[in-house]
Amino acid sequence: MAVQALSTAAAANNPLTKATAQPLAGGTTLIDLMKLDVMRPAAIVDINSLARGWSAIEPASDGLRLGALAKMSNVAAHADIQRNYPVIADSLRLAASAQLRNMATLGGNVMQRTRCSYFRDISYENCNKRNPGSGCAAMDGVNRMHAVLGTSDQCIATYPGDFAQALIALDAAVEITGKAGTRSMPFAQLHKAPGSTPDIETALQPGELISAFSVPGRWPRSVYLKARDRQSYEFALSSAAVALDVQDGTIRDARVALGGVATVPWRAREAEALLKGQKFDDGLAQRVADAAFADAKGRQHNSFKIALGKRVVAHALQQAVTMEI
Amino acid sequence: MSEKSGSGPSGFDRRAFMAGAAGSALVPMAARAAAQDANVSAASDPALPVDVTLRVNGKDKRLHIDARTTVLDALREHLKLTGSKKGCDHGQCGACTVLIDDRRVVSCLTLALAAEGQEITTIEGLATDDHLHPMQQAFVDNDAFQCGYCTPGQIMSAVACVKEGHAGSEADIREYMSGNICRCAAYPNIVAAVKQAAPEIMKG
Repeated sequence: MAVQALSTAAAANNPLTKATAQPLAGGTTLIDLMKLDVMRPAAIVDINSLARGWSAIEPASDGLRLGALAKMSNVAAHADIQRNYPVIADSLRLAASAQLRNMATLGGNVMQRTRCSYFRDISYENCNKRNPGSGCAAMDGVNRMHAVLGTSDQCIATYPGDFAQALIALDAAVEITGKAGTRSMPFAQLHKAPGSTPDIETALQPGELISAFSVPGRWPRSVYLKARDRQSYEFALSSAAVALDVQDGTIRDARVALGGVATVPWRAREAEALLKGQKFDDGLAQRVADAAFADAKGRQHNSFKIALGKRVVAHALQQAVTMEI
Repeated sequence: MSEKSGSGPSGFDRRAFMAGAAGSALVPMAARAAAQDANVSAASDPALPVDVTLRVNGKDKRLHIDARTTVLDALREHLKLTGSKKGCDHGQCGACTVLIDDRRVVSCLTLALAAEGQEITTIEGLATDDHLHPMQQAFVDNDAFQCGYCTPGQIMSAVACVKEGHAGSEADIREYMSGNICRCAAYPNIVAAVKQAAPEIMKG
């Protein structure tokens, strides 16, 4: 295995164009999965030398730009992010541990593998994500942590991140840099639902790196609520990213995204539609929560996530409506 | 890691390293191919160890190690600094916490190669002369451990927790120390120790 340092993502002979090479940013997922023999890259390319140009936190009056190599902890602690994008600050602050947030980058965070306990354990041969076509041990296994939305008959692993829910809720765009230069795509198109190819998790091509995220507008009335088995340092059983624009008691715009319950970052557009133009009350919160989980499919151990997820959505809406801004 | 920014026209600097993989026989072949593409002229047998210089507790340490070696294994197995502990080796327990450029990280998920040029501080580097660091003294004063295995990681994490400004309340201390697991559940005493040491550390 080779470990190399990369100084420009657009280099003509960028070794990341090889599918067997992996970029190294914070390394908190990659090194973990390498130790488990789940990921066995032929080469590692250390991209941290790009940090000087790719780690800026740039709030502006009409939106926000975040460099992909900014550290999670630095973005979470930024006063402008806390004030104008609390859903982003809280999604980062409530993720992982202080040590991991110091190491992990924004780009690496959204590119962390979608994974479950069976994916992480190579003693289980049947994992369509690890060994395409081998089956899925989770379907009839211990699937308490698994997804209830966006699943397929091939894979039910939960997308594990938090920050991505804030990005998808706020209509973020992702800037991608590769051999051919820079392109932009809606963040909502970055992650691929498992379908029949759960081994393919994103739309990034070999050799491409995320260089930045951009978020239009400001969302001071926004929250990230995360329910989990322990109070801190744990993945979500269910989470909700909610952002509202409320004027004179009427909801002008609403964003709702779900975490811990879906195979990809999940935007609940049907739920959002129910909120727009309405005045908030508990009945509306309940109808919105029901709509968000209308298509959910529970399995043996994870059906509780549907009831829990609805309560998380309703509670997050309540918090967003009543918060002081 | 700005030290890595000097590069040639290939887009790669001369700090490109090759090393062998213990796994599949295909891996070294693939690594050689990558080396040619990257125009790496190193004595490029990927099976060979690489030279790394780590700055640990203020001293430069030259190492000749497998490219995949973590900071934790470099410290414990090669530099005989066994204060940093290996608990889970997967970033879940915090026993291996060290400071890199004054930021707390888990050394088990940090490659030594990626830490080159940075300042690593371990539990061995905390005391000065014969004086314990205030956080070390606070752990003693508050009986903030039973078996002691997680303690070096707890102390390194606690020092950073205070300097980050996250030790203002017991709730903050508990939240921002959650990356350090204590199987003996000495948590109330750990919180008390962090509270005791915080003012002294902030005073400088």
